Amino acid sequence: MKETDMSNLDALKKEIVETVKAANDIAALEDVRVTALGKKGKVTGLMQSLGKMSPEERKEMGQALNRLKDEITAEIETKATTLKTAALNARLENERIDVTLSPRPENKGSIHPVSQTIEEMISIFAEMGFSAVGGPEIEDDFHNFTALNFPPDHPARQMHDTFYMPDVPGKEGDEAKRLLRTHTSTVQVRVMKEQKPPIRVIVPGRVFRSDYDMTHTPMFHQVEGLVIDTIESGRAHMGHLKGCLQEFCSKYFERDDVKIRLRPSFFPFTEPSAEMDIGCSREGGELKIGGDDSWMEVLGCGMVHPNVLKNCGIDPEIYQGYAFGLGVDRWTMLKYGIPDLRTFFESDLRWLKHYGFGPTDQPNSAIA
Amino acid sequence: MKFTLSWLKEYLDTNATLDEIAVKLTDIGLEVEGIEDPAKTLKGFVVGEVLTAEKHPDADKLQCLIVDTGTEKLKVVCGAPNARAGMKGVFAPSGSYIPGSDITLKKSMIRGQESNGMMCSERELLLSEEHNGIIDLPASHKTGSSAADALGLNDPVIEINLTPNRGDCAGVYGIARDLAAAGLGKLKSPDATPVKGSGKSAIGVSIADEKLCPLFIGRYISGVKNDASPEWLQKRLKALGMKPISALVDITNYLTIGLNRPAHVFDADKIKGNITVRAAKKGEKLAALNDNEYELQDGMIAVCDDSGVLGLGGVIGGSGTGVSAETKNVYLEIALFDAGAIARTGRALMIDTDARYRFERGIDPAFAAAGAEIATRMIVDICGGSPSDLVIAGKAPDKKQTVNYTLERLKSLGGLDLPEARQKEILEALGFTVRTGKAWDIGVPSWRHDVQGAPDIVEEILRINGYDSIPAVQVRAPAGENLQPLSPETKRGLTARRTLATRGMLETITYSFMDEATADLFGMATNENRKSLILTSPLNQDFTIMRPSILPNLIAAAGRNTDRGHPDACIFEIGRVFKSIDVAGQIMTASGLRAGSAAPRHWSGGARAVDAFDVKADALAVLESCGVNVASLQITTEAPAYYHPGRSGAMKLGRDVLAYFGEIHPAVLITMKRDETYAGFEVFLPALPVPKNKGTKKDMLKLSAFQPLRRDFAFIVDERTEAEKLLRAIRGTDKNLITAVDIFDVYQGKGVEAGKKSLALGVTIQPMEKTLTDEEINALCQKIIEAAQKQTGAALRA
Repeated sequence: MKETDMSNLDALKKEIVETVKAANDIAALEDVRVTALGKKGKVTGLMQSLGKMSPEERKEMGQALNRLKDEITAEIETKATTLKTAALNARLENERIDVTLSPRPENKGSIHPVSQTIEEMISIFAEMGFSAVGGPEIEDDFHNFTALNFPPDHPARQMHDTFYMPDVPGKEGDEAKRLLRTHTSTVQVRVMKEQKPPIRVIVPGRVFRSDYDMTHTPMFHQVEGLVIDTIESGRAHMGHLKGCLQEFCSKYFERDDVKIRLRPSFFPFTEPSAEMDIGCSREGGELKIGGDDSWMEVLGCGMVHPNVLKNCGIDPEIYQGYAFGLGVDRWTMLKYGIPDLRTFFESDLRWLKHYGFGPTDQPNSAIA
Repeated sequence: MKFTLSWLKEYLDTNATLDEIAVKLTDIGLEVEGIEDPAKTLKGFVVGEVLTAEKHPDADKLQCLIVDTGTEKLKVVCGAPNARAGMKGVFAPSGSYIPGSDITLKKSMIRGQESNGMMCSERELLLSEEHNGIIDLPASHKTGSSAADALGLNDPVIEINLTPNRGDCAGVYGIARDLAAAGLGKLKSPDATPVKGSGKSAIGVSIADEKLCPLFIGRYISGVKNDASPEWLQKRLKALGMKPISALVDITNYLTIGLNRPAHVFDADKIKGNITVRAAKKGEKLAALNDNEYELQDGMIAVCDDSGVLGLGGVIGGSGTGVSAETKNVYLEIALFDAGAIARTGRALMIDTDARYRFERGIDPAFAAAGAEIATRMIVDICGGSPSDLVIAGKAPDKKQTVNYTLERLKSLGGLDLPEARQKEILEALGFTVRTGKAWDIGVPSWRHDVQGAPDIVEEILRINGYDSIPAVQVRAPAGENLQPLSPETKRGLTARRTLATRGMLETITYSFMDEATADLFGMATNENRKSLILTSPLNQDFTIMRPSILPNLIAAAGRNTDRGHPDACIFEIGRVFKSIDVAGQIMTASGLRAGSAAPRHWSGGARAVDAFDVKADALAVLESCGVNVASLQITTEAPAYYHPGRSGAMKLGRDVLAYFGEIHPAVLITMKRDETYAGFEVFLPALPVPKNKGTKKDMLKLSAFQPLRRDFAFIVDERTEAEKLLRAIRGTDKNLITAVDIFDVYQGKGVEAGKKSLALGVTIQPMEKTLTDEEINALCQKIIEAAQKQTGAALRA
């Protein structure tokens, strides 16, 4: 191999390395690579001339050229890395934002506390085997009163301030008389007429009474419960009613020290009847569930009256059961400390946002 | 029902304290609503005797007393001019709270003189306005004894919440009977031995309607003197908030409240001829004791003499025959009247009296003659006079109620095991007759109209034994049952609720009724069932008819919030709307409203008003989350008239309308006095197809091994042509290969002929079996163009 050839290669290398160093972006660097190593590049040209050389020369020159090619490739890669890093840094600098600005606004939805309460109740009773059903709000006198053993003219009917609607032409008696249901117990009647025992349902829904003051709204919510089973099964007596309500109260108020007390009372559709109180404390004027210095009435219940069973086509010699009904809105107020019932139905956005529950705040995913 | 402790103790021999009595009353179902106990307020106050009274050395108007409190002799500085040695008054020791002046006493120095406690005026004890001097008690009161006793304030008033079934406890005697049965003492009966009559009554009685009045007992008492009643009787009535009238009237009130035996007294000299009880005739009039005149209706109970109606039996007497201080001869009425007729009369004429209250709930039919004797004895004792023999017309209904019962029923229904002896003991204490055996025969006492069957017997035993004694049993669903915690309707409601909240909407609850004008704006005007959906006695003018739609409530709510400075409401409600009174006409609906801006002003831009597509997305989200295959929905323009006619639509499956959506009609908003933009939707949940119950398993996922391809087209169509129509035409070209068609541009303007629009859409083609060749793809594209052309008149945009 000639001295001149070697020094030419050195010169070539120097020249190329200079141009690599001079390239100040990736495109320029690519040009350099093509000029040196591309199909028509200088080094490639020299490689092609190897064929005309003697075997010794070819061997020596070939090795030198390969070395040169490797060296140039390495130079280019190093330079490429440097350029890319610089380009990325420049881009990052360029892409700087003010992260203290607010993100794009999104509306946050919420669930009304009464709905949340009803879902909580559904999930607690679901564990005890109850299923939730609904029913109509416009009812007839039969479903709201007669079937539930309210005798005509009896003062018990006056316990409910009923909203009446015009009589249905062509019908008579309690089928003609329309009203807004005063309790969800109407659905007891519908369920018993449609379903064969055993029955275990709860009925959440709206009810209506003609009353509007500090503590009453003309519409509110009830959850009704009904269990019917055979007498023989021993699965539906007053002890079960008590156990069911005790478990419900503990789970609803999320504490195991909630005391309950059943107290004899009267409802036309249950016998024996009871009102349920829960223990609470009123120290310092603040009401707390779970204390025991006073009692608060929260629910009515009892054993389904045989006349009600009969009216619904169920034989009271074979079947019996228990029922209970509670005012949801009040239970919501008690658990979540919401002071004024009337605000429940005013649709004040501030109230809905404050007292509402997040859409993912599901009481129990098991029922979703 | 209110009564005093001393009145109760007239019939109940007991050592129980007031607190024990109160707890027991509530435990046995006579829930105590409140107790007013003056003795509690005056606890510690005693009768104090002034031993000496000397002028205060440094104050003209004060005296220094030495007061004997019964236990010690204390120095008391007093400003009362009537304070003098030897007098007895009410002494409040240091530490007492003085209600009239709202202070708590402390031992103190007054102008250098020691003072312990004070002697009280009536005003300081809230007894009257009297404050000129201290209370001057009669010397007969023992020094150191209870001041409450000395003042006659020793009788606490108990108020119970009487349930409508317990008519027997509308008298103090009935309450005493229940307490005695519950082991709180011994029942004492008033003396009802017959008073000997002096001969035939001057006034006879006949009954013309035995259903309205099965029994009427009368008695003529001559020569009475009707002064004020004795102090003990006045005190009792006053304690219950009743005004003493005269001895005769107060005696009837004593019978009513004390013994649950309403009675009436006539001035016998004002009765013309004999008494007849009959059904009133429409148009007859009565001037009643409450100074009102009433026009009677057919079927009311008229107690009459020869001149006409004297009173409404069991409701109210007439003023024409009322007793007065001049009354010399009195005629006593003790009768049984029909409870239903009395209830109807009281309601129709709006008369609430103590007699009505008791007759309605049912009095003891076997206690008429005894009541008459007790009343006679009291009249003769208090007013003097000479009674005739009793006049008895009709007779008490003779239906003895018996109940079949078995020992085990207490356990099987009440969940409590009690031995035979205990069950029998309770029932007998309550006045039941009991014949035990395999099946028990139980005779119900005449005053217990509410006891009719075995469950009533179970309740009687349980309530006297205490509901607390029932052991609680845990409830679990029997194993092996198919559990379905939610009915399809309930489940859809829950799903819709969570879906809409996830979409940033706030759930609200509004009333199911509204005013008629607004209802008419939202379709009620044209509803043929409109008349049947009106409330006949509405609470106010805002709530007169059932709502045909939830939207007006949401618009009103959004409007109220806007007016308060909180615009852009995004709210929804799930509740019923009403098309008819039928069950199917009360439609559970998920309805939402977006008001004002869809997005507020923001540095990133993006502010815009809400539009039909916001709420279309809401409605679709609800449908999809409830299992509707939204790809198969038809979107039409058939929304009701309260929507903007050009910016609203319906979502249908076949003929069923599942939902409406769109902007609210501007004219409707003007009527509602709103000028913001509102867009709303209504999803009718019962119209949604119930997903077929295929168990919990999902269809097997089929994944294609081949890449999907996308071809874009731009079609020119008439501007009135609905995009959905074009999409349907294209989807129909090859339902297997075409998996999606979406419009990514809608254009009108330069380059597109007037009256036309350009729709640009992308078609996604998903081969399942093999890669498609270019020829196959081109053929499909050609078919798409032809179908679009044929079905919508679309031309491929040049």
